[in-house]
Amino acid sequence: MNALAALFARDIRLAIRVGGGALIGVLFFLIVVTLVPFALGPDLALLARVGPAILWLGALLASLLTLDRLLAIDHEDGSLDLILTAPVTLELTVAVKALAHWLTTGLPLVLAAPFLGLLLNLDPTATGAVALTLLVGTPALTFLGLVGAAVTVALRRGGLLVAVLVLPLTVPVLIFGVAASNAAIVGPLRFGTPFSILCGIALVCLVVGTLATAAALRHAMD
Amino acid sequence: MALIDLANPSRFRALADTLLPWLGIATIVAFGVGLDQALRAPDDYQQGATVKIMFLHVPSAWLSMMAWGLMSAAALGTLVWRHPLADVAAKAAAPLGAAFTLLCLVTGSLWGRPMWGTYWVWDARLTSELVLFLMYLGVMALWQTIEDPTRAARAVAVLTLVGAIDLPIIKFSVDWWNTLHQPASVFRVGGSTIDASLLAPLFVMAIAFTLLFFTLHLAAMRNEIMRRRVRTLMMLQAQAAGGH
Amino acid sequence: MNLGPHADFIVTAYALAATIVAILIGWVVLDHRQQARSLADLEARGMTRRGASAKVESGFPSGNATVPPP
Repeated sequence: MNALAALFARDIRLAIRVGGGALIGVLFFLIVVTLVPFALGPDLALLARVGPAILWLGALLASLLTLDRLLAIDHEDGSLDLILTAPVTLELTVAVKALAHWLTTGLPLVLAAPFLGLLLNLDPTATGAVALTLLVGTPALTFLGLVGAAVTVALRRGGLLVAVLVLPLTVPVLIFGVAASNAAIVGPLRFGTPFSILCGIALVCLVVGTLATAAALRHAMD
Repeated sequence: MALIDLANPSRFRALADTLLPWLGIATIVAFGVGLDQALRAPDDYQQGATVKIMFLHVPSAWLSMMAWGLMSAAALGTLVWRHPLADVAAKAAAPLGAAFTLLCLVTGSLWGRPMWGTYWVWDARLTSELVLFLMYLGVMALWQTIEDPTRAARAVAVLTLVGAIDLPIIKFSVDWWNTLHQPASVFRVGGSTIDASLLAPLFVMAIAFTLLFFTLHLAAMRNEIMRRRVRTLMMLQAQAAGGH
Repeated sequence: MNLGPHADFIVTAYALAATIVAILIGWVVLDHRQQARSLADLEARGMTRRGASAKVESGFPSGNATVPPP
């Protein structure tokens, strides 16, 4: 247990420091959300209608962009080898890294969403719904993204490739995340229906992501 | 004392130590007078007491732009004259500029809600200010990401100057974009030309905020100089330790 | 003092302004203390601007050892 705790603390500290992904993700989220009205026009009614979708897309892109560095940095300085040969179950290690990553990059996005909802003229119900779906959805995105990061870990220019590989996998999360948000705003579905499906999908992603990442890392480092 | 003399860190720190208490006192006095005048100011015929938010909002807006101007001047100092104090001035100004831009956006938002019925609207002025805020955050991120302060200063200087040239363009294009797409509902902007009884508090608050900015800026510059000295000493120590 | 029907917004605006200013002042003051502490600590360990003093136990020649600029 001590080794895992140490790894967790290390990852969090690295993410918060200089060049870490923590706040850059939120900044990127903010910029993307700001750009959309430039493309769509300042019509507040329209923005309120597509607001949940914009917030979801922004969060999706922001969380993916910080992912490729998650494992690549460790690989570059050799600490990934150390982590892999440690006497701890690899799956647990992967889960801990993913959790640390979500806490530092995914959770800030969830916290930023309400303020960005203001920019997009979303009312409190809508904002709350979006924030809740993001809270459930961003861990799923992190764990899925980790698979892409693991598969491309040895590549030098993995960046966009990770996004290309992972984005199709995230489609169900996106669909149900936006559907749940919209259900809370306009109905006719109850919020609970798509939201529970989202929760189910997120749980599956957590498990599959962990297992697949561990497998990919084992193959990559052989 | 010539400007180049101030490049000596100890001289600058001595100057800062002398000036800061006076600046601080001046700031407090100015805020005392300003807040008193602001709270006693008459209500606007259209906006009522809400016009009091203007005494926060307008000075913040002026400062948000002045800070970028200061950073641009410092950027020239870095790139053209290589004055070491320019780096420090630029780095110290960025978080302050960002904070006042944020204050401008937030107070404007709180002013807009009772006046226009909404916290935010994508009109030209608000949008340009938001973009300015993003640019401040970008500059701060760049300062954080490049480890060596000297190299960071040059990168940031270039970005600052590009931003300075770009700000009028951004303002112009956002104006144009905003008039292209008429918003769905029309908002009436409250308040007309500022009456003298409101102008005086505004003026005093602007002075107070400006004094506050320069007090904070001078103190932040002093901190930055100390931080660089710590870094140099730590590097020396690491080298000495490696001499075993 | 009657702040009218929108008093909440006025008070919130002033409160937020005070908070942001307080945070800025806090940052400057705390940063100063931290840097002063680091400097005092380093100086106590015998590091001066011109290089390691004789207090540092290494094979390094003491005195005016200058450091090449970073």
